[in-house]
Amino acid sequence: MKVIEAENLTKVFGKFKAVDSITFSVEKGEIFGFLGANGAGKTTAMRMLCGLSKPSSGKATVAGFDINKDSEKVKANIGYMSQKFSLYEDLKVWENIRLFAGIYGIPRKEINYRIDEQLERLGFQNQKDTLVKSLPLGWKQKLAFSVAIVHEPKIVFLDEPTGGVDPASRRQFWELIYQAAARGITVFVTTHYMDESEYCNRVSIMVDGRIEAMDSPKNLKQKYNAASMDEVFHKLARKAVRMGD
Amino acid sequence: MVFAENISKKFGKVTAIKDVSFQVDKGEIFGIIGPDGSGKTTLFRILTTLLLADKGSAIVDGLDVVKDFKEIRKRIGYMPGRFSLYQDLTVKENLEIFATIFDTSIEENYYLVKDIYSQIEPFKNRRAGALSGGMKQKLALSCALIHKPTVLFLDEPTTGVDPVSRKELWTMLKSLKKDGISIIVSTAYMDEASLCDRVALMSAGKFLKVETPENIIGQFNETLLSVSSNKMYELLIDLRANDKIASCFAFGDSHHITLKDRNYPITALNDYLQDMNHKNIEIFPIQPGIEDCFMELTSKESE
Repeated sequence: MKVIEAENLTKVFGKFKAVDSITFSVEKGEIFGFLGANGAGKTTAMRMLCGLSKPSSGKATVAGFDINKDSEKVKANIGYMSQKFSLYEDLKVWENIRLFAGIYGIPRKEINYRIDEQLERLGFQNQKDTLVKSLPLGWKQKLAFSVAIVHEPKIVFLDEPTGGVDPASRRQFWELIYQAAARGITVFVTTHYMDESEYCNRVSIMVDGRIEAMDSPKNLKQKYNAASMDEVFHKLARKAVRMGD
Repeated sequence: MVFAENISKKFGKVTAIKDVSFQVDKGEIFGIIGPDGSGKTTLFRILTTLLLADKGSAIVDGLDVVKDFKEIRKRIGYMPGRFSLYQDLTVKENLEIFATIFDTSIEENYYLVKDIYSQIEPFKNRRAGALSGGMKQKLALSCALIHKPTVLFLDEPTTGVDPVSRKELWTMLKSLKKDGISIIVSTAYMDEASLCDRVALMSAGKFLKVETPENIIGQFNETLLSVSSNKMYELLIDLRANDKIASCFAFGDSHHITLKDRNYPITALNDYLQDMNHKNIEIFPIQPGIEDCFMELTSKESE
């Protein structure tokens, strides 16, 4: 089953083609890495897939809904987490989960159960009443991920989720991603850590608005005769003529 | 060029920096590597005379950070983590302001910023606020350099920057080093350690180690194995359930494990995993990276 199907998806700002006719699909339960240099068009593409921005041309379905016609349904059926904003610092851990569960329309009588479930998965039972602002960064990010999937969406979009986190927390974070994928949640993730792209089942690399390569990390390394994804990325991204974001 | 001794700083009850000592030589690239919240920025603010330490002393370019703060400010370059140029002024106006404040001119030290500034010069009449992330960073670096500082402080210059631009920045730093400028640079990207002459690994306000990247890796005490199979998530769980294994972390396409029992043979581990229905099992010893070392040091610290 395909959770994302995009066909010739394009976004033009004035004369500038931010996203230039990208076509790809992502399977259920897949961990899909969406890579590209700053300014390659990742954020614009992701905003379209999340139903936040209308394509100039082309089409896509996400979680079974058309992003052109049913963008509200797309929003209700996906999860989203970015490094910049995700949690309310002045609320307690459980209050954040409660709030997002409500926003995503989880029935009132189910909410307490969902809160306990998330706390248990995170091993946060003892931090239930802690204010989010006093949590270490690595914990905040794990909590942010959990509230993004509190409604068990078909797909979750992660926009550079792990910047600045210590290495042990970064790994615990990826374990949560593995767990979610094992439950059938599709994970769509952007990152600047090339070693992290190796956790993905498949990755795509965007250059100047187009998808320049898409395959498993192993096959990409073979194809570009590279020892690491970092090398693959440099070989492809060096071709870019566009500058910055 | 920089000499810090037993620097400590508390904010209320929170210890931001604890007993940090180190020195940086002329023309050296010194990396301070640690996650967000480990105290990197506080240390930078103390060394750049913007914050007073509770304890300890620091000398920058032969001058005391407390007594001679005015003179130090003339001699150092500082690029804070947050973009802090004048958004409403153009690229050229920003650079001119910095040159004028430091009583010099763009022409006088142009050779020093040429490699960097020439890349944004085509946009010199654009407002700084309208620049892309990568270009803002190049402008900020040009402004920090235009008065020919003896020591350059760069606070997380590569955070949120894509791998290609990161590489460009490190190439620029290498060429500044040739001009004899000492560079203190902080980063949360562990893989950048290998680009520094020496690094300090920082966690929870403390320096865990100050060494060359080669020596940090050389001092890793454990046998490190790389393990992969067809079921990576189950593999993680099964490896952790094995009592011969001390630690197990996911590292992209493989898991890295250290052994409690150094004599535990690879063949025995292979058999164990086969019994758990893993296929395409690959196990082999590997060289640790800086992240392996960092995790080893922090786990010792918490014991």
